[in-house]
Parts: sequence; C-alpha cells; structure tokens
Amino acid sequence: MSKENFIPLHKLCELYKVEMSFFSSLNEIGLIQITTIEESNYIHQDKINDIEKMIRMHRDLDINIEGIDIAFNLLQKIDELENEIISIKNRLKIYEN
Amino acid sequence: MAFIDYYKILGIDKSASAGDIKKAYRKLARKYHPDLNPSDKEAERKFKEINEANEVLSNPENRKKYDEHGKDWKHAEEFEKAKQQQRQYQGSGKQSPFGDFGGGDYSDFFESMFGGRSSTRGSTGSSVKYRGQDLNAELHLNLKDVYTTHQRTLTINGKNIRLTIPAGVKNGQVIKIKGHGGEGINGGPKGDLNITFSIENNTNFKLDNDNLYTTVDLDLYKAILGGEITVETFDGKAKLKIAPETQNGTKVKLKGKGFPVYKKEGSFGDLYITYHVKTPKNLSEKEKQLFTELAKLRPS
Repeated sequence: MSKENFIPLHKLCELYKVEMSFFSSLNEIGLIQITTIEESNYIHQDKINDIEKMIRMHRDLDINIEGIDIAFNLLQKIDELENEIISIKNRLKIYEN
Repeated sequence: MAFIDYYKILGIDKSASAGDIKKAYRKLARKYHPDLNPSDKEAERKFKEINEANEVLSNPENRKKYDEHGKDWKHAEEFEKAKQQQRQYQGSGKQSPFGDFGGGDYSDFFESMFGGRSSTRGSTGSSVKYRGQDLNAELHLNLKDVYTTHQRTLTINGKNIRLTIPAGVKNGQVIKIKGHGGEGINGGPKGDLNITFSIENNTNFKLDNDNLYTTVDLDLYKAILGGEITVETFDGKAKLKIAPETQNGTKVKLKGKGFPVYKKEGSFGDLYITYHVKTPKNLSEKEKQLFTELAKLRPS
C-alpha cells in the first residue's frame, strides 16, 4: 500500500499535542480509521478536517469520545437533511409560477 | 463603540466565581461552537461574543480592570500602559485557540480596553498547528450558465482563483476547493474554499434533477388533425410530429434533450413537453356555423 496521501500518526500527535491514546479511542469507536503501512500507523489526509474538529471539541468543549461520536452522527444527519431540503426546494420550483 | 456587558453575555452576575465563569462559558460554547453549528453566522457571532467575554472574565487581571473601568472605557487612559504590555505579548505570535474561527476577531470595545488579543488562553494552542479557516463563498449564476462546462475567474479575499464550473451543477450545491481557504495557524496548512452555487432559473424550462419540463401551445387543428411543429429546447429548436387527436395535457419525452448530468460528460436528462391545446377565439360566423355542424355529428 502506498503512503501517498497518508500522514504518520506520530506526526499528528506532535502537531496537535495529543496523546496517541486519543487517536486509538477515535479508531476504536469508528470515528477515524488508522491504517497500518509497513508497521507504522497512518491517517488518510482527507480525515484531517474531521480530526481537527474532534480535537477542538475534546479540548475546547470538554466533550468526551462518546460525546464526539454523538455530535458527529448528529452533524451528519443535519448535513443530510440540509441537502434534502435543498433538493426539495429545487423540486418545488417546478410548481412555482 | 458601545460598552459590552460580558457578565450578561455569559449569563452570570458580578459575584460569579472563576468556576461559575468557566461553567457558564463551557455551557454556552457547547451551544454556539462553530464546529457544532456549521454555516450558522448567528452562532458564529454569538461564539465570538462568548469567547471575548471569557477572555476578559477568566483572567483575574483583566476582570479587575473591566470591573473597575469597563463602563468608563472612554476615559481609561490609565489602560495605555497595560495596552502596551499586552501588545508586547502579541508580538510573541500567540494565537487564540479559536483562531480557526476568527476567534481573535475582537470587538472595538475589547481592543480599546485590552489592546487586541489576550494571552489568557494561549496555553492550549500556542504552538499547535491548525489548518486555516474554511472560507465560504456564494456564486450566483443563471441556469444557462451551467448548461456547459466553463471556466470563471473569481476574486476571493483579493486573490484571483480560476475555477472550472462543471455543467449540470445544481442550485445549492457546494464545491470544495482544497487549499484556497484561510492561512494555517502556526504554520498549519491552508483551509479550503467552499463555493455554494446559487442558480437562478429565468428560462421557460423547469428543472427537476436532470430533466427539463416545459409547456408548448398547440392549436386546435394540429391537435385534431396532427402535423408538425417546431419547439424550443434548451440548446436550440427541434421539430416534432404531432399525432392526430392529441389531447390537451398530453406529455411527450425528448430523450437526451434535458440538462447535462453533473460530471458525466455527454450524458443528459430528458425534456418533457406538455401540450396545451388552445381553442380559437373571435370565431367568424362561418366558423361558428361549421363548428355547429361538427357538434351535430357528435351528439353528447
């Protein structure tokens, strides 16, 4: 597996000043996916935005891992509902004069 | 520039303990934090207020100054010294932990009293690298504009960005452009630019997903006897055969004459045409006579 687009986990720990256990907990709960390449752990770069959100929620708002999981699920639902509203609004235009 | 009641913002009274302030701040921050309220400008504004109130009240020194002189900020010349000291702190490059959301965007009142950024909460984020802020922009286009893939140059925050707008992009759709957002904090990567498309439809066609809908007037005689008409499609004219005895409200489908499918080059939706049969007006005596004769042939 290529390491391209993956960031070493220890680099992220350094960068964000968080313990490795924080990422392990996020991985266990399914919020992120840790990928092992040549015996080292990596995170896909597309997940960085979400990871930063999780760190801010944890650090700034004292939200624990389970709370972050709930918040992310709800945010995803909001996102889906917002997209559905946009789609329905677009369809409603058909019936507007 | 008006006085800001930081106690009121946090919903606490002047005798609140440090613990009460922290508790009140956490509670409100959880409610209005931008991560939990994406794209909510009002929540972002409230969060900045809460953050600023906390910056002042959670720092005993700042709180004391605010309690003593807050309402008389206009005459607070004695703060000048303190301001200068604060400016020295700013020079150290410390950032608000909420810098990602423009948390350092303080009110004029705060700037006047405390000289800009406070260093009270720098402990959590002083050397942490964060991605820059994601920027949101809205691009207004007409439906005709998004019928074909084309390029446009947008000016965002003084920078020109060349953007390819794919055909078939939908109203309300958001396109993310990586690395064109705000600068990273402490050397972190740049944020993204999210462009929301606002597409106005000022054509005679209605759009549902990739299909287009329109109504075409059909004169009575063509509807009864059949014939050929020319109709407007989105990209030009098309000839259509009308079957004899076509009823009012009949729908026909023109396959592949609809709107382009987003990011599927060469793929189009369908065009649905509804016939609206128009009955003739201002009939002559001769016409009335002939219609009467016709009516007699079909007694109801």
